[in-house]
Amino acid sequence: MYRSKLWTMRMFAGFGTADDTNWRFKEIIKSGGDGLSTAFDMPTLLGLDSDDPMSLGEVGRCGVAIDTLADMEDLYAGIDLGATTTSMTINSPAAPIFAMFIAQAEKAGTTRARLGGTLQNDILKEYQAQKEFVFPPRQSMRLVRDTISFTAAEMPRWHSVSISGYHIREAGSTAAEELAFTLANGFAYVELAMKAGLPIDSFAPRLSFFFNAHIDFFEEIAKYRAARRIWARWLRERYGAQLERSLQLRFHTQTAGVSLTAQQPEVNIVRTAIEALAGVLGGTQSLHTNSMDEAMALPTEKSARIALRTQQVIAYETNVAHVADPLGGSYFVEALTDEMERQAEELFAHLDALGGGSLLEGCIRGIEENWFQGRIADSAFDLERKINRGDRVVVGVNRFTEGNDDSSMELLEITNEDEARQLKRLDVVRHDRNQAAVDEVLARLAAEAADPEVNLMPCLIEAAGAYASLGEIMGAMGSVFGRHVEVPVI
Amino acid sequence: MSASSASRVLIGKVGLDGHDRGVKVVARILRDAGFEVIYTGLFQTPATIAAAAVDEDVDLVGLSMLSGAHMTLAPAVVAELRARGCNAPVVVGGIIPAQHIQRLKDAGVAAVLTPGAPADQVVAVVRQVLDDAAALH
Repeated sequence: MYRSKLWTMRMFAGFGTADDTNWRFKEIIKSGGDGLSTAFDMPTLLGLDSDDPMSLGEVGRCGVAIDTLADMEDLYAGIDLGATTTSMTINSPAAPIFAMFIAQAEKAGTTRARLGGTLQNDILKEYQAQKEFVFPPRQSMRLVRDTISFTAAEMPRWHSVSISGYHIREAGSTAAEELAFTLANGFAYVELAMKAGLPIDSFAPRLSFFFNAHIDFFEEIAKYRAARRIWARWLRERYGAQLERSLQLRFHTQTAGVSLTAQQPEVNIVRTAIEALAGVLGGTQSLHTNSMDEAMALPTEKSARIALRTQQVIAYETNVAHVADPLGGSYFVEALTDEMERQAEELFAHLDALGGGSLLEGCIRGIEENWFQGRIADSAFDLERKINRGDRVVVGVNRFTEGNDDSSMELLEITNEDEARQLKRLDVVRHDRNQAAVDEVLARLAAEAADPEVNLMPCLIEAAGAYASLGEIMGAMGSVFGRHVEVPVI
Repeated sequence: MSASSASRVLIGKVGLDGHDRGVKVVARILRDAGFEVIYTGLFQTPATIAAAAVDEDVDLVGLSMLSGAHMTLAPAVVAELRARGCNAPVVVGGIIPAQHIQRLKDAGVAAVLTPGAPADQVVAVVRQVLDDAAALH
């Protein structure tokens, strides 16, 4: 896991309109980042257009606003998508956004078969932790199935699902819960695709993972090591995979946003460096390092650059990447790895029983019964109590608070002008497109959504090409799929 | 009247922000401190929050905001509450940059809790805001 090829320094970026983010992407490429990672704004994450009443105040704020193919064209303008890899953090509307991405790339001259990258597309953790859901779980899983089948057939360089523990951990789980819930979700996607008739070795090599790097250094390294062992064993023994690539767990890592403090924010550079080192010693294939100001706002260009420099120091100055699994054989890390694995297996056994011998069914029922959500909330509250009692020290928060009154850091301010610009852009696109073609393809999409045997990807690519908006596409599918409403537990 | 621990508090998530770790922790902290806590769940609008506050006859509304939309949505919640004749004070908690705090207060928000606020501070601020509101009305 290094000796020959370093990890990909993949910095997550996105804000304002597609033009703004395109500029940031080019800066990242110039300063030595080697993969793109797209952050979408809240309306896009929920499949809403920028002019939806619910989008008020949220357009372009937490990421880039994408309404139509026209925005996707601006987002990647002047970037050779055949030469870089692109990651898109999108889940509920993953299939239509992916369709827009493909339509845009093919219009710009890169065939889908040459596109390399990752679609997050991990809907199960949305219900469990991240909570950006739209359709009910079973209907959403059909879209995941369609994207897995589509990429297995047509896009050999594409990772169809990035099974994500990151958000589960950020929502408050323990390290062992992050490990177990994430891998259980992975088994659920494997069972979903096998149920659709795909041979395991045709899609398993294109599944990838995304873990958190929290501050408990050795525990995190043990978590990554345990994940690799479990995945290889389950894929071979339970699901019958034979290709070595199917057994290999590849993962992206992001340092823990939740470990950052608003107090004395410069100290976050140190936290992020330690967390990043855990990811590297744990063998991550790609890494995002958070910026010091992210407990308060989206990062400034300067703070994002320091975060990337942190990775470069680890990669090029410390020599830690000269050896694979450097902590293998350490009595402490080996014992922690065994313990992580044991705790994860206990949780798998619970979910397997809940699903009557199916992890796919177990994960969906666990969501429907609020089992995941309740456990995560309990663990979050446990940690909060420990911090409150002082049993867990957070520098600047419950100890060593001298200097907390210094609030001189310059923060990125996003104005409402971005929102106004985006609304105008969407108006122009709606005016210029062929409305009859849009109506026709949306009607066909709704009809195809009603037939669970149909793969929706070809129709979604057509809808994107006709400049149907994300909200319109989600609306057409939603007329058949309905909406998910969470019964909140506290 | 001094704010008794039996005060009713509505805790809500307004807008599209799905981050619900903080809101759930705060709900439990207030519940453990003796408040009666009603949690709205996700994806509320200023109008649905205000309507729920009136229906539940609450003494205080708490909003958890981590998406950056607070400058638009928090004043809108205050306006919707007042339009319905509800004087319940509004407390905002979450990722709020220091330079926004006074602007939120100018827009009618009673208090702002920022990341790292310990449990006893959350409870103290809520009690103080309730006391101040009781003194006014």
